[in-house]
Amino acid sequence: MNEREYYVPSATYWPIIGSIGVTTLFVGFANQMHGASWGASIMALGFSILVFMMFGWFGQVVNESTSGMYNTQVDRSFRWGMSWFIFSEVMFFAVFFGVLFYARQLSVPWLGGSGNNHFTPDLWNGFSSTWQQIAFSTPGLILQSGTVISVPRQLVDAWGLPALNTALLLLSGVTLTFAHHTLRNGDRNKIIGWLVATIVLGVLFLGFQITEYGHAYHDGLKLTSGIYGSTFYMLTGFHGFHVTVGVIMLTVILYRVQKGHFSADSHFGFEGVAWYWHFVDVVWLGLFIFVYWL
Amino acid sequence: MSKLTSYLGSLIAIISVNAFSEYDFNMTRGVTSVSRDIYGLHMMVFWVCVAIAIIVFSIMIYSLIVHRKSQGAVAANFHESTKAELLWTGIPIIILVLMAIPASSTLIDLEDTSKAEMTIKITGHQWKWQYDYPKEGISFISNLKQNSKDAIYSKNKHENYLLEVDNNLVLPVDTSIRFLITSNDVIHNWWVPDFGVKQDANPGFINDAWAKIDEIGTYRGQCAELCGKDHGFMPIVVDVVSKVDYAQWVLKQQIAKAAKLIQSRKTWSKKDLTSLGKKVYNTNCSSCHGITGKGIPGIFPALRGSSVATGDIKNHIGIVLHGKAGTAMASYKNILGDTDIAAVITFERSSFGNQMGDLVQPFDIKSAR
Amino acid sequence: MTTITAYTSHHSPEKGLMRWIKTTNHKDIGSLYLWFAFIMLLIGGAMAMVIRMELFQPGMQLINPQFFNQMTTMHGLIMVFGAIMPAFVGLGNWLIPMMIGAPDMALPRMNNWSFWILPFAGGILLSTFFMEGGAPAFGWTFYAPLSTTFAPDSTDFFIFAVHLLGFSSIMGAINIIATVVNMRALEMKLMDMPLFVWTWLITSFLLIGAMPVLAGAVTMMLTDRNFGTAFFDAAGGGDPVMFQHIFWFFGHPEVYIMILPAFGVISHVIPTFARKPLFGYSSMVYATASIAFLSYIVWAHHMFLTGMPVAGELYFMYATMLIAVPTGVKVFNWISTMWRGSMTFETPMLWAVSFVFLFTIGGFSGVMVGIAPADIQYHDTYFVVAHFHYVLVTGALWSIIAATFYWLPKWTGKMYNETLAKVHFWWAVISVNVLFFPQHFLGLAGMPRRIPDYSLQFADFNMISSIGGFAFGTSFILFTYIVIDCIRNGKPADARPWEGAKGLEWTLEPKAQYHSFNKPPTRELIKQESQNS
Ligand code: HEA
Ligand code: HEA
Ligand code: HEC
Ligand code: CUA
Ligand SMILES: [Cu+2]
Repeated sequence: MNEREYYVPSATYWPIIGSIGVTTLFVGFANQMHGASWGASIMALGFSILVFMMFGWFGQVVNESTSGMYNTQVDRSFRWGMSWFIFSEVMFFAVFFGVLFYARQLSVPWLGGSGNNHFTPDLWNGFSSTWQQIAFSTPGLILQSGTVISVPRQLVDAWGLPALNTALLLLSGVTLTFAHHTLRNGDRNKIIGWLVATIVLGVLFLGFQITEYGHAYHDGLKLTSGIYGSTFYMLTGFHGFHVTVGVIMLTVILYRVQKGHFSADSHFGFEGVAWYWHFVDVVWLGLFIFVYWL
Repeated sequence: MSKLTSYLGSLIAIISVNAFSEYDFNMTRGVTSVSRDIYGLHMMVFWVCVAIAIIVFSIMIYSLIVHRKSQGAVAANFHESTKAELLWTGIPIIILVLMAIPASSTLIDLEDTSKAEMTIKITGHQWKWQYDYPKEGISFISNLKQNSKDAIYSKNKHENYLLEVDNNLVLPVDTSIRFLITSNDVIHNWWVPDFGVKQDANPGFINDAWAKIDEIGTYRGQCAELCGKDHGFMPIVVDVVSKVDYAQWVLKQQIAKAAKLIQSRKTWSKKDLTSLGKKVYNTNCSSCHGITGKGIPGIFPALRGSSVATGDIKNHIGIVLHGKAGTAMASYKNILGDTDIAAVITFERSSFGNQMGDLVQPFDIKSAR
Repeated sequence: MTTITAYTSHHSPEKGLMRWIKTTNHKDIGSLYLWFAFIMLLIGGAMAMVIRMELFQPGMQLINPQFFNQMTTMHGLIMVFGAIMPAFVGLGNWLIPMMIGAPDMALPRMNNWSFWILPFAGGILLSTFFMEGGAPAFGWTFYAPLSTTFAPDSTDFFIFAVHLLGFSSIMGAINIIATVVNMRALEMKLMDMPLFVWTWLITSFLLIGAMPVLAGAVTMMLTDRNFGTAFFDAAGGGDPVMFQHIFWFFGHPEVYIMILPAFGVISHVIPTFARKPLFGYSSMVYATASIAFLSYIVWAHHMFLTGMPVAGELYFMYATMLIAVPTGVKVFNWISTMWRGSMTFETPMLWAVSFVFLFTIGGFSGVMVGIAPADIQYHDTYFVVAHFHYVLVTGALWSIIAATFYWLPKWTGKMYNETLAKVHFWWAVISVNVLFFPQHFLGLAGMPRRIPDYSLQFADFNMISSIGGFAFGTSFILFTYIVIDCIRNGKPADARPWEGAKGLEWTLEPKAQYHSFNKPPTRELIKQESQNS
């Protein structure tokens, strides 16, 4: 590690492989949605290419890092990169929260005639504009024929599984922080313990989330259940996806801890994942409050 | 202060009317108070911008001419002046505030539809307008007129090409009218420049606007929101008539409606049905399914040889009456009468090479509703 | 913190195609971006030519209405996402490391990926032309439900292309932030940074804030189209207008993404040829930041006719008008920079001066459409088309051309043909006004935008506009020739080819070396080359 020199990474073909991977994945997905029987296989191929790329690319970075080619400047670049990546994720979630607020506070009441929409209810027979109980017909636009289907008010009770999940995730944030502290103190066995605990909590969270989806689906709350179902599944679904990614990343970190990749003062890989995990945590708090509770 | 600006605004407006109104490259003054307010605002902002432009650009041009190296100009070295910065932050703010005052009052006025004396409901469809007079019980569809359609691909263009429809909207003069604007499919926008009315037609929501028209005449407008293939071909024509003529027109419409009802009770011959059907098809359906029934692959299905148009007639009636949710195929239940629907279905089943030979009577449609 | 005293550049370029595919070098990647953008400009421009040909006369002559809408849509999309944005990222890549005394970008491999996603995204987008139902035909603003319920299958490919483009932009922006913050020569303070660097830094925040919002919008489109959600469907409790709110929350910052780096470029060119320091350096920085901030809170001025509550309309009108203030500060600062300078008019200066004129005209029409009640008559007419082409073509594109001529000697080590370049300038600046100025009249007279055919009263101005369009189009043939001629046969240029030029990039060799600085510049040098002095 030469602190007096700027590190210029070697040329790389991983990015173009990544591009081929995502393109394949998306093309497969689009065809799958349009009913092509081969869509799923193309998707799988694209996904495999992506996984291959990640192993290769990250593997190379890990190698270079462990062989001491990076200096603190490179480390700082990574930190800036990761922080702003997480910020972009924050904005991504912000959209869906924005949609939730907009629909709940504005457009659904408008459909019921509030604001400057005195005349709108003329289009909708028998419509009542309470949040979890909104009129909808089959998706699509058959105006003047909205039938009322009600989504039970406390379909997903905030103080049941969601509250438990909140506790789990908050706890996992704590265990991860402990893991970080022990890493700083250099006690490898303890790190592993705390990391495993974090991962287990994450997996438990996912398990409960799936259980809860099962209940909700069974009670008639689907993606097609109008705007309530749409926002509910979009927000929790993307969050669940992020938790899954987080768990995978934690597992990789666990592996790398075992391999001894991290030292007490140089472990950006660990910290980056920890930031991500805390971010996922905070998003969940928002979800708990605005999707389940209020 | 506000009085002063609006006074200034209208003064400028009056001057500029004389300067520009003869040519058709300025905004119309229109025939409603709203459209005239808008015009006044437009001219005021325009002249303000011109004034700023003259000042800013003359300074710049002066500098460009005088401060050239080839003129022997030697570069000064100043590069900061808090005073100047404050000045050219402050002055624009003042100008903007002065512009905002009349703009706000116009905006508040044109959003207030509460003083309306009558109501018209306007529904956008891909690519035609539907007008309902809820009180009078009148409802009709307004399509681009056939002679304009014919002229699109020919060299001869007539006056008002693309700005004519088969059924004009008819409105009384000097009456405060509330427009309720909505859509049945995508977003359209109902715009008549002379009224200063332009409002999005959002599917599932009803927007409102108002106008009190001062002058008898014919006014034309167009759809002003991209709404698909024939967005450029869904004009608006409004006949503004005297109150007496309006009352007469309403009566005539109501009589015609009754006559239509009687027509739909009788049994029709196949020949009559097909020839009426052809007309109905060409005005209402051909924009998507094509004059020759070929549709547009990937967007609008062909009716030639379609499994619906050559299959069980019940399905055929079903799709025309109820449309198909989640597609551009709208429900024609509230758009066309029994006779027209029967006619168009009959026509479709024996045209474009379809040879079903069967027919539907208006009363079949009535019972299928 | 350790002081970096030297840079190693262990890599010289590989040979052949692999050099370009595998490169992690900011200049290589910058060139890739610029060439990509240029090709996209030609493709998007060719579509504009089709539009102008069809609008040459009333009636449908060449193409059918559906295809016309595809042309309009793809023209807008390709110009915005394929030409202007990548061109600015290309300029950023080339110039930022040179301007801050760095050897390269902070995250060079990611930099490679940011670029190498683009051709794939562009490929997906263009491939929709060959699908059943054709390319997207719902405008570059793709309002629901025209783009959801009523659009052909190819729309899903469009959605994925947008995902990819967003991903590329976000990575590019992250890279620029990391570079400016972390790779800047230690001796360079924030207020020493050249304005191009400043404007790009601020633009990066716009990108990171706005692009994920676009990604969210298209994701909801995707689920509305394929999985039965009802975000934009009133029949399920959603709202099509909500789509517009989300789109414009992205879309308005997006238009400033396309103009802030342009402001940066102009702030370099004008002082150089006025031989006078930039007037009001720090107020330029603050003005840029204010514009960026304001750009997040004015989005609904594109939606005055959607039936928003009056309070909302009033608010968005006031906020929109405010943007004229910081933008005015910029214009006045440029003029003050010229004032009592010692000006010469080499090609980059010609473009920069005409930028100030024409962008300001576009800004004025922006203020006009920002007056909510008046926008009733302007909205969705050619007046708006004229407005945004004045800010985009004679604003954003103009600055890109100015930048090309200004830094071409540094990129190639050679000088372009000044006479030809001047011919090109006059040709372009005259024809572009013939092209877009009459569109103001068309709009005021009531011609809606996005229509393939029009009634007779619009015929004359459309014909004039089309003729201007063809003339402007051909100017790009000359432009291409000048650039290629410079690369091939240009005479060697000096390291600092412009007499009044300031900036670290000019301290490099005539053709900047592969890794710009292998020793960080000294404080003295930085001060000497700073615009803030
Ligand atoms: C580079 C891109 C760019 C830039 C910089 C701008 C700049 C501005 N734009 Fe523009 N705009 C677009 C790109 C851009 N726009 C595009 C692409 C669309 C159409 C999208 C679509 O629908 O497809 C659009 C549409 C658009 C609309 C919607 C119109 C409609 O659809 O009905 C509005 C409304 O407010 C608007 C306003 C403004 C304003 C107020 C500015 C201001 O920033 C301008 C500020 C500048 C000046 C004012 C000049 C200099 C100032 C002075 C000399 C000081 C003194 C001046 C005064 C006091 C007036 N723009
Ligand atoms: C960002 C930048 C950008 C740029 C640079 C341009 C450049 C041009 N645009 Fe742009 N335009 C948009 C962004 C841009 N546009 C957007 C966002 C829209 C809205 C889309 C929508 O409504 O959804 C739009 C819409 C739009 C319309 C309105 C369409 C409609 O509403 O139906 C028109 C019509 O005249 C038009 C014309 C032009 C022309 C003639 C050019 C010229 O400047 C192009 C010049 C370039 C070339 C011509 C290419 C180079 C030359 C060759 C390839 C050689 C061949 C030459 C010949 C055959 C002569 N554009
Ligand atoms: C705005 C476009 C549009 C208009 C106008 C329109 N249709 Fe359709 N029509 C469609 C679309 C899209 C479908 C395909 C629906 C689907 O996906 O099944 C369709 C389907 C049909 C079908 C079934 C064809 C098949 O094979 O599935 C019939 C019959 C039909 N339309 C008749 C009509 C009639 C009669 C009219 C006029 C009164 C009409 N359509 C007007 C768009 C339109
Ligand atoms: Cu209807 Cu455009
Ligand atoms: Cu805007």
